[in-house]
Formats: sequence, C-alpha cells, structure tokens
Amino acid sequence: MPIFALVDCNAFYVSCERVFNPRLTGVPTVVLTNNDGCVIARSDEAKALGFKMAEPVFKVRELIKKHNVQVYSSNYPLYADMSQRAVAVLSQFTPQLEIYSIDESFLSLDGFRHLDLTTYGHEIRNRVLQWTGLPVCVGIGTSKTLAKLANKFAKKRKQFDGVCDLGALSPATLNTMLEDTALGDIWGIGRQLAPRLEALGIHNARELRDTPPKRMREHFGVVLERMVYELRGISCLALEEVTPARKEIVVSRSFGKATTDKGGLLEAATHYASRAAEKLRRQHSVTQLVGVFLHTSLFNTRDPQYSASTTVSLAHPTDDTREIITAAQRGLESLYRSGYRYAKTGVMLLDLQDAANLQTAFWNPSRPRTKTTNLMNTIDKINTQMGRNTVASGAAGRKQAWRMRRQWLSPAYTTRWSDIPVVNAT
Amino acid sequence: MPVSNASILRLPVVGHRLRAGFPSPADDYVEGELDLNELLIRHKAATFFCRVKGHSMKDAGIFSGDLLIVDRAITPVSGQIVVASVDGEFVVKRLVRDDSSIRLESASPDFAPIILKDGQELTIWGVVTGSVRQFR
Repeated sequence: MPIFALVDCNAFYVSCERVFNPRLTGVPTVVLTNNDGCVIARSDEAKALGFKMAEPVFKVRELIKKHNVQVYSSNYPLYADMSQRAVAVLSQFTPQLEIYSIDESFLSLDGFRHLDLTTYGHEIRNRVLQWTGLPVCVGIGTSKTLAKLANKFAKKRKQFDGVCDLGALSPATLNTMLEDTALGDIWGIGRQLAPRLEALGIHNARELRDTPPKRMREHFGVVLERMVYELRGISCLALEEVTPARKEIVVSRSFGKATTDKGGLLEAATHYASRAAEKLRRQHSVTQLVGVFLHTSLFNTRDPQYSASTTVSLAHPTDDTREIITAAQRGLESLYRSGYRYAKTGVMLLDLQDAANLQTAFWNPSRPRTKTTNLMNTIDKINTQMGRNTVASGAAGRKQAWRMRRQWLSPAYTTRWSDIPVVNAT
Repeated sequence: MPVSNASILRLPVVGHRLRAGFPSPADDYVEGELDLNELLIRHKAATFFCRVKGHSMKDAGIFSGDLLIVDRAITPVSGQIVVASVDGEFVVKRLVRDDSSIRLESASPDFAPIILKDGQELTIWGVVTGSVRQFR
C-alpha cells in the first residue's frame, strides 16, 4: 500500500512576505491578485476579521482602514523563488515528489514505513520552517485524497500541531473526524456535486466512504467511484512526478485603467508576446499559432461592449520573440475597433511542439536556427540576471501606461540584487 | 532566480582548447571550472543575500555596503555572527548566549550590545557564513 504526505504552506503568499518583513508577524495581512483586484491570500488574523477569499478590494476598504490591515500586491518573483526553495527542502525527505501547486506538494513516503511517520512529518515541518521561514502543515494517508484530508485536519485542529497521520488514529477517532467533514472539504468535490450527493442521502465524508463504489459509478461515473476507494485508503491516483510541458501558454492581464488607445494596446500585446515567448523557450517548445484577444470591461455595463479574438498562423514553428511579436501585433490590429474602452488583452501561444523534434531548417534554409537561438538565449540570460525587460522590444514601449496596477508590491528580495534585504549594523 | 544562477564566475582550471589543428596536450587535464557559488553556498535552498548598512561590525571585517551570505540551515550557536530580527528590524550582530542571558554584540567599541529586555522580540533569522565586498 502506498503512503502519501501532502505538505501545504499556510497562507503561502502572506508567509513569504513575513519572512522578509518580520514586522508583519501577528499583524492582519492580505495579498491581492494581479492588478490589485481581489483578496487572494489572508493571514489568520485577517481571516478572523472576516476577510473572504476572492473578495474585491473595494468591498473591504473600510475593514482594511479600520483594523490597519497590511495590504500587498502579489509578488510572483518572490513567491516562485520561495516555492522552489520549499520544494528543494522537501526533496530531502523523499525520492518521489509531485509539485501540485505553488504551495502544495505530494510526497511519496513508501520507503519510510518503518519510521514513525508523525515524527517524520514534524521533521519535515521543522526543516522547511528553519531553512525557508515558511510554516507548513503535513497530512499523511494511504491515498492522495486521504493525505489531502489529513492536511486539512493538521491545519484546522490544534491538537495535531501541524502534522496529522491518519494511520496513527484509531478507527473510531477517524470515523468521528470523517463525520465532521463536509462533502465540500473533500478534494475534488465541487459546489455542484455536493448537493447532488446530499440528495442521495450522503452528507459527510464518512457516509461517502461507506457508500458502495458501484453505486457512485452508476450515478456519477468513474471519478466518484475512485473517490470512494481513495477515502477507504485504497490509492487510485498515482503521484505525477513529471510536470508535462504546457500545451498552451497564455499571458494576459487586465489594465490598471481602461484604455481606448490603439498604441497602448499594441505595446501591451507586444510585451505579453515577449513574455509568452520567454515561457515558451523555457519549456523548450515552439509554436506555430499565435492567438490574441481583446475585450472591454465586463463589469462596466454602461459602456458599449466589445470582445474579440483571433489567431495568426506562422509559416513555420518558432520560438523567436520577434516573429511572435509580429504575429501578435497583426492579430491585434485586425481586432481593434475604435471607440471602445478596453480593459484587457492577452496573447496565447497554441499548437506547441517540442523544439527538439523540429526539422524546420529543411523548410526554411534562409534562416539558420542556431543564430536565432543564440540571440534569444542571450536575451533571456540578460533578462534573468539584470531584471525583467532589461532587453525588450522597442515596440513594447518604455512608459507602459497600460501596465497592471501593483501599488503595494514588496521588493523582489531574492531575485534582484537591488532588492535584497538590508540589515542594520548600527 | 535560484541562488546558483545568481553570479557564476567560470574560470577554466587549465587553459583553453587550442583552435588550430593540433590537440592541446593539456586537454586531458581539464578539471572543470571554479564556481563561486560552490565556494560560498553550502545549503542553496536556505541561503539568502542581504546588504549591510552601518559600521557596528567593522572589527569583524563587515563593512557598510557589504553583501552578506546568510545560511538559515545552520543552527545558531553562541559566538556566531547572525542576522536577527529585533522588534521587527533586521540587524547583523554577534550572538552571545550564556546560562542567564542572550545578547547581540557589536564588533566595534562605538556600539553598545543589544541586551534583550522583557517584552522585546528576538528571532535569529540566519547565520552569516561570509561576506562579499567589491572594490569597483
């Protein structure tokens, strides 16, 4: 029987901010989505004040003021770096690990059955905290679904002190805990599914576990049948160790302020196209189809609405920023209509293929690939070392009035030399 | 950006390969390159860089503007130079711990040690394992 641990960082984005800003410890803090639109992460103190996930900022402005809540724009360079560090520490505890999201990883503990897994869980927790400053919780179970559930117990119930191994609980205790678990708290049961299960007389995790799997299959199909097995501790979902290369790349953002200006839109599309090309090269893919979309604000219903998208095919698969930018600009030109206030545009790279399997030189002898590749690699290297956009297409503009709003952005403490923390010797 | 990519100084240990027809007699002796990260960083995932501001550590060879290499994986013991947060502010000091007290000492006669008062919060953030000073 396999054994899984799910390690999850508590209020990850807030915790990253706290590592470099100890003043935030114990202070209610929230982090906002791209463009400072909604609350995306909350410290425990902010949760206690009633901040909800995905709540628009304008609705909580008063609450922020009243309790002097600290507000941050999302600092993805920082969060991505801290996430990598946490994963590196976790890799010391298992040869097999699946990065599930920026703040969650599944670990296979198959080879560690001889250990007291609760103790092992505490070692994981302590080391991640010491090495990175990030607090994590560890849930352990014989299926991924159970590990997920155990993680929830570890986080919510004080007596576990951050580590819950379901295998260490008596069957009676486990039964009570599963009875206390709402259907919606089970991994993979969404808002739509829960009421349909309720209608069949299934109200909590224990009742779902004790339902005949075949019955679930008849009503809902194989996914829910599997879930019943998983809740019984029979693993059906294996660890997915290799993150497959993404099949499409999308870079898009809402504007800080709606714009009618075609030039600004073109600059934005150019900028997103070069970001998308960078991502494309990082995963060693090439694209042959560039998509562009554009729309007005979906919230502001007083203004006339317009929304459109198009794709531009390329003569040959490429990862060249210049070709991708040209295609994106052409796409945008064809979509643009004057007189609308645009809120968002985006660039998609579609029809991706593995660059290694490519034989374009045969079709396109006029353009030696190595030369382009060298240029692109050099640009990527400079931008990685000197900060994003050190080298950028002139068409992306230097002022970038369309840029998203990130009013409360903290420094890139770990990825930019000019932003590293200052320590006082006074 | 992971620490290892931050600044790699690559110097071949033995000279370059010759471009002209003859194979270099030194080719068999090429051992690789010197990587400053390898020298300066023991625990990559736990290593952070900070900038020093102020003169209180000058007798320990740490000057204002220096880059500090801070390793959080090392458990701090008395006598080590550490980055600590005192009441929410980062400081670099020498940690001195005995049976009865913890204090953070400066390395300069001009600066008094920080002796923790009741209610003051101290967290050792990481151990300073080295510093880098650039002259130009």
